[in-house]
Amino acid sequence: MSNSALLEMRNIHKSFPGVRALQGVDFTLRHGEIHALMGENGAGKSTLIKVLTGVYGKDEGQISLEGSAVAIHSPQDAQKVGISTVYQEISLCPNLSVAENIYIGRTAGICQNWKKMNDGAEKILRSLEIPAKATQQLESCSIAVQQMIAIARAVDMDCKVLILDEPTSSLDEQEVAKLFKLMRDLKKKGVGIIFVTHFLDQVYEVCDRITVMRDGKLVGEYAIKDLPRVQLVSKMLGKELDDMADIQDEQQAYKREEGAVPVLEAEGLVSDAGIKPFDFHIDKGEVNGFTGLLGSGRSECVRAIFGADRVTGGTVKKNGKPIKIAKPLDAMKNGIAYLPEDRKIDGIVGDLSVRDNLILAQQVLKGFFKPFSKAEANKFADEYIKLLSIKTASADTPIKSLSGGNQQKVILARWLLTHPEYLILDEPTRGIDVGTKVDIQKLVLKLASEGMSVTFISSELDEMLRTCSRLVVMRDRKVVGELKGSDLNQNKVMNTIAGGEK
Amino acid sequence: MKKKVLSVLLSTAMIAALVTGCGNDGSTTASTDNAATKDAATTDNAAEGDAATKDAATTDNAAEGEAATGDAASGELIKVGIINNNPNESGYRTANDNDLKATFTKENGYDASFAYSNDNSEQIAHAQTFIQNEVEYLLLSAADTAGWDSVLTDAQNAGIKVILFDRVIDADESLYEASIVSDMEKEGQTAVDWLKAQGLSEYNIVHLQGVMGTAAQKGRSAAMDAAVAAEGWNIVNQQTAEWNAETAQQIVQSVIDSGESFNVIYAENDDMARGAVAALDAANISHGVGKDVVIMGFDCNKWALEELLNQNWNYDGQCNPFQSSYIDDIIKTLESGGTVAEKTIIMDEKGFDATTITADDVEKFGI
Amino acid sequence: MGATKTNNGNIFSKLIKQQLFIPLAALLILIIFNLIMDPSFLKITLGYNNIGNPVLSGYIIRILDNGSEVAILAIGMTLVTAASGGQDISVGAAVAIAGSVLLRVLCGSNTHPETLQAPIIVGFLVSCLVAMLFGAFNGVLVAYFKIQPMVATLILYTAGRSIAAWVNNNELPIISEASFGYFGGYIPGIPVPTPLIIAVACMVAIGLVLKFTNLRLYTQAVGINESSSKLNGLNPQLIKLLSFVILGICVAVVGLIKVSRNSTINYSVIAKDIEMDAILAVALGGNALGGGKFSMAASIIGAYVIQLLTTTLFKFKVPSDALPAYKAVVVIILVVISAPVVREWFSSMIKKFQTKEVA
Repeated sequence: MSNSALLEMRNIHKSFPGVRALQGVDFTLRHGEIHALMGENGAGKSTLIKVLTGVYGKDEGQISLEGSAVAIHSPQDAQKVGISTVYQEISLCPNLSVAENIYIGRTAGICQNWKKMNDGAEKILRSLEIPAKATQQLESCSIAVQQMIAIARAVDMDCKVLILDEPTSSLDEQEVAKLFKLMRDLKKKGVGIIFVTHFLDQVYEVCDRITVMRDGKLVGEYAIKDLPRVQLVSKMLGKELDDMADIQDEQQAYKREEGAVPVLEAEGLVSDAGIKPFDFHIDKGEVNGFTGLLGSGRSECVRAIFGADRVTGGTVKKNGKPIKIAKPLDAMKNGIAYLPEDRKIDGIVGDLSVRDNLILAQQVLKGFFKPFSKAEANKFADEYIKLLSIKTASADTPIKSLSGGNQQKVILARWLLTHPEYLILDEPTRGIDVGTKVDIQKLVLKLASEGMSVTFISSELDEMLRTCSRLVVMRDRKVVGELKGSDLNQNKVMNTIAGGEK
Repeated sequence: MKKKVLSVLLSTAMIAALVTGCGNDGSTTASTDNAATKDAATTDNAAEGDAATKDAATTDNAAEGEAATGDAASGELIKVGIINNNPNESGYRTANDNDLKATFTKENGYDASFAYSNDNSEQIAHAQTFIQNEVEYLLLSAADTAGWDSVLTDAQNAGIKVILFDRVIDADESLYEASIVSDMEKEGQTAVDWLKAQGLSEYNIVHLQGVMGTAAQKGRSAAMDAAVAAEGWNIVNQQTAEWNAETAQQIVQSVIDSGESFNVIYAENDDMARGAVAALDAANISHGVGKDVVIMGFDCNKWALEELLNQNWNYDGQCNPFQSSYIDDIIKTLESGGTVAEKTIIMDEKGFDATTITADDVEKFGI
Repeated sequence: MGATKTNNGNIFSKLIKQQLFIPLAALLILIIFNLIMDPSFLKITLGYNNIGNPVLSGYIIRILDNGSEVAILAIGMTLVTAASGGQDISVGAAVAIAGSVLLRVLCGSNTHPETLQAPIIVGFLVSCLVAMLFGAFNGVLVAYFKIQPMVATLILYTAGRSIAAWVNNNELPIISEASFGYFGGYIPGIPVPTPLIIAVACMVAIGLVLKFTNLRLYTQAVGINESSSKLNGLNPQLIKLLSFVILGICVAVVGLIKVSRNSTINYSVIAKDIEMDAILAVALGGNALGGGKFSMAASIIGAYVIQLLTTTLFKFKVPSDALPAYKAVVVIILVVISAPVVREWFSSMIKKFQTKEVA
């Protein structure tokens, strides 16, 4: 492994209106190195990659390749200088042959020597030991092989820098192993690989170095052996392991009543969203939470409880009685409410008024033939606009013209209106202002004190620690631990998230 | 927008191909109607009824249904391939198709295969199939005038004789034996001559045109336009109702509402005349023999001739769909070694006057 | 002084933002244009038809009469558009099928029966059922197989008229029974055209449905954000399917009116291009063709705008060859000014103008 720098990015700045996405980021990739780029959502990983591949122009900074400065203004430029990207979703043509996919868009002229092309492709496939035939239709290959073919295409384009953007998220373990072998082979050939992933285990298995980013800034670059997992997690989350003492005072002391039946109890629940079966329970008036890094499966778990994804196994009991939740309406009828993670995609109905958004869930529960009268709907709207101090011009305003925080409050109001026994809040505080965040946390605690059970998910650990009395910890789509009482502190949580030896 | 239209067209073509693929089971979507049609007592023979229900662009062998009956007439059957437009296109086409089916039977010494499409390229594909199947005669009512040269040359090389019916094409005369057609201009002329002969004191005409650019529209409009120029007749309104009864009704209603007076309705098909009459009825304007407005139509639908018989209409021009006897004659002549004197054969076409039409005419010429 | 003006301007710009404004304005402009050219345009006279029944006549009556079919179809098309974000282009073919089935039931095996073989209501119910089934067929393709509505309905668009012809063995049935003509003409003693009465009945019916059910809320929610609707317990597939079935009912009603107008059917021309008019009505009403929020009233007014335009063109005896061009030009202008983007622009221009004036 040579130690000379292959790619150097220095002092990269990039702003979008209202957001400083990258602030003075440095990044160095060496020859024959697999380099993990880590960070939570919004850390700036994908912006950095897009600047590197010419999708975005940079505001400031230099990029140099093998010592000489390069100007990259478009993805074509990036390809020309030898930077190739393989995305999570395969961007090949499934109905063409493997060889065609490898050569598509980069043959000169309009004539095509098919034999030569197929031979060439066959050679590449063999050299990379990819189990596919040149003439095979791409569709007939497994996802992992398709992923490898995408890589083969990139490699054949004389690539020096290969960017793999979450290539493993749709692969199973064996397929991941195959992919890793290919990555190691390329590494031996001197290719520098930037590996973006959320899976810690994979980072430690295959990578040489790690660059951690947070909030658009560089946290640091580390050799893999110098950075234990728990340190990595703490750097990603931005919490020092040492200063753990100060938060614990607000901790909720939830006392479980002896012999009480859980409000909701799930056993071996599993959905088609790729999580491992998990057990779960929540008591009356309890606030608990799912924690773990992004992509660890915490949202998928609550979606399974609510029936938002297709449930493929497991049993659910409510107040001790078995129930069946096949679709969201079943969950709603059983007094479960779910505020989804992605407000824009799963939460708001953009063009509809605040009023219609607010009454939607309760209206669906009431039934098709029993619409609320205008007066009733207005009464609900006014009540909750006041209760949650939602800032809106009127109840008639389309929800999409409200600020993020106020939109979130409307969605919250929508579910409170159904008077649920069990409320699931998936990232209710993401992307909203600090004031509203505090409001929501307070509200959660108030609701719990009134007897509502709440599951609270947040990327911000201190928020979780402040509100939850029990945390279910997840890693790589598995539940790996459950923490409560004195275990509820940052150190313990981060250790559990990181898993492994330390 | 253009792109969208194009893609819609493309998809149409694709789906048409799809329908062809599963044409034999009718359409899956139509299954509910099946029961309603099953008990229909059709007078047609089995092969005919079957063929009539087929979707567009289906090649089917009319002889199939009669295979069991075996050869009837002479031992050697004459193999013909017939390419026609879709029979449900119009009453004219239905009558035309039924006429052909009735003539080219095993009893009459023919082994006939039928193919239908309103799409020229599909028709050409059918023609190629027929050439491969080594038919002796290819009978063709082309959807479009252009694009037939190469396939007809192929037919000629294969020794297949081509006879055109109903529609003419832009191909060299040597490529076909004969062409049996209606002369739309003559049809129009007959009608206009009849109108002239009525000797009305004044001619205020509402002229309802067919779909612009079609042969029937051009021929029938040309005769009227010429007469208007020559005789100094007054055209109150001349508009296209696109062969559509309801549109014709709206146009005539509009003329009535405008308060302009008229005494002749010259509709280029029966449907439009019917629509016009509906508008007159609603406005209590009398029409027919000896009434305020003269009604003229074309195509000789049976129901239209009945209107003539009841003196509600005044005139109906024939557009003869019965070409099969002409074709039969030509084939017989050619088979016996004779030659066809005239390449282009124009069929006899009558114009019926309400004052002289008989119930027999209705039966005989109604389609 | 300035203050009052600003106030007026606000009202005006608010008015322009209203969805109903554009179709209503188009309607008014066309009427005014006609009135200028012909002051008797709005005149309605009471006369008698050939069998002595009182009938109202005049341009306005004709427009209301002939616009009925498109208005009825616009109801269903609005729902389909809102729920599925696409349009059903098979309604013309479906009308042909519905009409054909109706005639088939009424005529039995005879194509020219002296008396009806079944009560008209039975025929209508059967045709209604068939039309709903075809609607459901389209709906299933769109909702469950996720096929683009325009592509899904292309199947029926292509095959529909052949199916219609097949229902009656390619014959052209004619009904001589006078009472069958009432639905497309006049009921004895009632001078108002029956299609208008039927259209009004349909509007009242959909109005009641929208008032007493959650059809509007559900349809809009599904059209705007399917994923969110699902998480709120709605079944987006079912609602899309429902919209196509409702359109099927509209198709059956239009089928009845269409065949009744002529007491017969012509498979290849009946309700020809009516799908385009129905879609146009929805667009003229300022409804987003991409789905979501809708205004039923605006679509219906849009339908009458189209009929007013057609009648105007007939009235001015626009030459046959130029007719489509005239229609296209007017339609393009109307569609462009009724686009939400343009409406926003107009209202912001007016605001700007007003503030300048005040300054």
